Amino acid sequence: MRVEIDGITKRFPGVLAVDDVSVTFEPGEVHALLGENGAGKSTLMNLLFGLHEPDSGVLRIDGRDVHFHGPSDAIAAGIGMVHQHFKLVPVFTVAENVMLGVEETIRGFLDRRAARARVAELSERYGLKVDPGAVVEDLPVGIQQRVEIIKALYRDAQCLILDEATAVLTPPEIEDLLEIVAQLRDDGRAIVFISHKLREVMAAADKITVLRRGRVVGSTTPARSSPGELASMMVGRDIDLTVTKAPATPAGAVLELAGVTVLGEHDKPVVDEVTFDVRAGEILAVAGVSGNGQTELVQAITGLRVPAAGTIALNGTDLTHKSVADRFERGLAHVPEDRQRDGLVGPFPVRDNLVLNLWRRRPFARGVRIDRRAIRENADALIEQFDIRTSSIYAASETLSGGNQQKVIIAREFTKQAKLLVLSQPTRGLDVGSIKYIHTRVVEQRDAGCAVLLVSYELDEVLALADRVAVMCEGRVLGVLEGEELTRDRIGLLMAGTVLPQDAA
Amino acid sequence: MSTTDSELPPAPPPESPTDAPLTPGTSMAVRFAAYGRTALFTVLAIVTALLLGALVIIFSDPDALGAWSSFFSDPGEALSTSWQVAFDSYEALFDSSFGEFDAINRTLVEATPLLFGGLSVALAFRAGLFNIGGAGQVMVGASAAAWAGLTLDLPAVIHLPVALLAGFAGGMLWGGIAGFLKARTGAHEVITTIMLNFIALRFLDYLLTTDRFQRPGRNDPLSRPMAESARLPELPGPVPAHLGLLLALAATFGVWWLLERSTIGFRMRAVGTNPDAARTAGMSVGATYVLAMALAGGLAGLAGTSNLLGRPSFSLSGGFYESIGFDAIALALVGRSKPGGVLGAAVLFGALRSGSTGMQAATQTPVDIIVVIQALIILFVAAPRIVEAIWRVRARELTDAPQFTSGWGGS
Repeated sequence: MRVEIDGITKRFPGVLAVDDVSVTFEPGEVHALLGENGAGKSTLMNLLFGLHEPDSGVLRIDGRDVHFHGPSDAIAAGIGMVHQHFKLVPVFTVAENVMLGVEETIRGFLDRRAARARVAELSERYGLKVDPGAVVEDLPVGIQQRVEIIKALYRDAQCLILDEATAVLTPPEIEDLLEIVAQLRDDGRAIVFISHKLREVMAAADKITVLRRGRVVGSTTPARSSPGELASMMVGRDIDLTVTKAPATPAGAVLELAGVTVLGEHDKPVVDEVTFDVRAGEILAVAGVSGNGQTELVQAITGLRVPAAGTIALNGTDLTHKSVADRFERGLAHVPEDRQRDGLVGPFPVRDNLVLNLWRRRPFARGVRIDRRAIRENADALIEQFDIRTSSIYAASETLSGGNQQKVIIAREFTKQAKLLVLSQPTRGLDVGSIKYIHTRVVEQRDAGCAVLLVSYELDEVLALADRVAVMCEGRVLGVLEGEELTRDRIGLLMAGTVLPQDAA
Repeated sequence: MSTTDSELPPAPPPESPTDAPLTPGTSMAVRFAAYGRTALFTVLAIVTALLLGALVIIFSDPDALGAWSSFFSDPGEALSTSWQVAFDSYEALFDSSFGEFDAINRTLVEATPLLFGGLSVALAFRAGLFNIGGAGQVMVGASAAAWAGLTLDLPAVIHLPVALLAGFAGGMLWGGIAGFLKARTGAHEVITTIMLNFIALRFLDYLLTTDRFQRPGRNDPLSRPMAESARLPELPGPVPAHLGLLLALAATFGVWWLLERSTIGFRMRAVGTNPDAARTAGMSVGATYVLAMALAGGLAGLAGTSNLLGRPSFSLSGGFYESIGFDAIALALVGRSKPGGVLGAAVLFGALRSGSTGMQAATQTPVDIIVVIQALIILFVAAPRIVEAIWRVRARELTDAPQFTSGWGGS
């Protein structure tokens, strides 16, 4: 099925989200849409999937004009979409989820058997390895995504849209997904692969279209371009993905972890006797596949979770059982993993979020009275200094783009003269420009003598920033690497749980 | 800030309409526009409720119904009678709530406990708590004040403050229990406050059978009158009301200051809006819940106390206190959980109450129509889309106001 987008424009109040975009998705081809956050990729796909209607321009399928008034029209026309956030019912089985909305019945009863058979057949045909009888909530994220793919195939989607499909997957799951995508393509379907990760796009796509600020800036193929070239097309200038930094000059240990153990569900250790130091003036990165205890480790360090055993010391003071507020008093700064849930109060104005954990300190508070002038001046200064794009200091923080929300948190945490800076996934979901900006600031903090603990699931980020790398797997630190040892392969092996003799911690 | 700054990548335009930035304009103007819009919607909700209420009045009036039965022979008569009935009713309602000093006085006396109660619910709601327990806190507060008013023998300068403090402390205790249970065990405040309401109700029933409280020679639940020295004095001027009115106004300002200008309020609002972020920022979510519920309970306690010490019977009785806890929820909703809004809502509801009897006397329109109008106001405030459809105005900017109806429990 050939899907043609011809001169589509879509305007939202105050924003031109998609501006005269024309692009064609051919059958038997993986077509990557590449662009920064906010470049218009998702809007374009929502237009194609009938979630929005275009202001002008036409959609054509196999040469015929079509008008979608809702997703059901798009599905009927053979378009399937795998959303970034899955739309599955957790307590239903795979087959039940797949048949939901297109149930076949025998005399009024659901024909579960037929649905299961069909799911099993689709799973077999594309090597998806999905058990139709499994309950969705028991399945890992990667398999849940395949259920979404089966859902689309069950409805006979000839054009399949994958929206940021790799964002939630671990590296091995990503490889599996790319294989599945290739099979679906060989089967003659048109695949639209939306991503802002260059390496995946280079690996998966037959054709690449780059969007910037709602417009198509160019089309190319992986063979005719390079990651650097694509990156510069995305941001509109040449960028260097690496960070320039001088060698670290570490001083004494600031954060000392000794045998820290955190118990999770069923009293199973999710952080298992972790011991390492972070010294002033260095960046220590914790690398690992997500879900190997990093989140819980950060919670223990920042005081959000009490460890079952071990000690956590900051500048020689035992903080293991101290409150979050105590730790802030002693020089902790924390950029949490989930910025919208933990880092910001969304409806609060930018002004207030910039002092969210400083609100009872001078000059922002005088006794119980809040000094509004000090808070306003602080906001004006930080917005200027960190170039936070907001309509005003009174705008609700949730109205800012993801990158600017993160800048609010960065501005707050990086300006409080912290001794220890804990960064959890500081650039998750951000575009290249914002990532580079934040990386530069992190190195600045290090050079100012701050001890930096960086938790990241992105190996590129770890390699770009870290002076030393602690690799976590199943709750344990399998090794701390530095200098020459910092190679993609060495870290990758440890992430997978393979300990080489010389890495034994 | 310049938007053509080329140092960094351009601010990404939002991908979906819900992310749309605020419309351009000076920041203060934007803020006031948002407030203005909220106020406009509340006024439209009230107007809509009054218009629909007029229909109910018309169709419950025998004369108007008679005129409508002969609509086809004399349509003009039906319309003019209807108009007359509705107009007369509302005119009488207005006259006996604001028409003369005496009416204004009644309105303000009605509004005083409502204002305390509305502030109680609003304060808790801003901290993310749904205080259904106003009734219980009112009863315990009033009981404590009554104990002070009946048993202590002190000069007025000391007795009255002591009685007021006792009322505040009683409510604080009752609210604080719910806050403590939530902080410690995660027990939902909606459930615990409802349960505490029942306990308080039975407790009050019991008290009113004891010799210390019960009025001698009576079998119904009514206490002896409070000591003269514990009563709230009248104010000077043509509208005397009682001192409780000034206290309620002071409490309105106090709650506003606490929420908007103090570190405590900052913490409460942060916990109320996003407890995860508040915790990550080092705020103690549990302690905030206890404090917010205790303060809310104290305000509710004052609602009961101001009624007890300010109204002519000056005695504790069974019936009144239950309704006020629930009216308080309606007030906080109509006032959008802002102290100023609650003040307006308290005056409005006080006026409806004080005017209703006068309306019935003058026009035979039943008092119960007031309940219908109150319910309609609440309905339209809670469902802005209906108002939006009727008046063809956009409600979208409303989402930044505290949304009472969507934040049930907040956890």
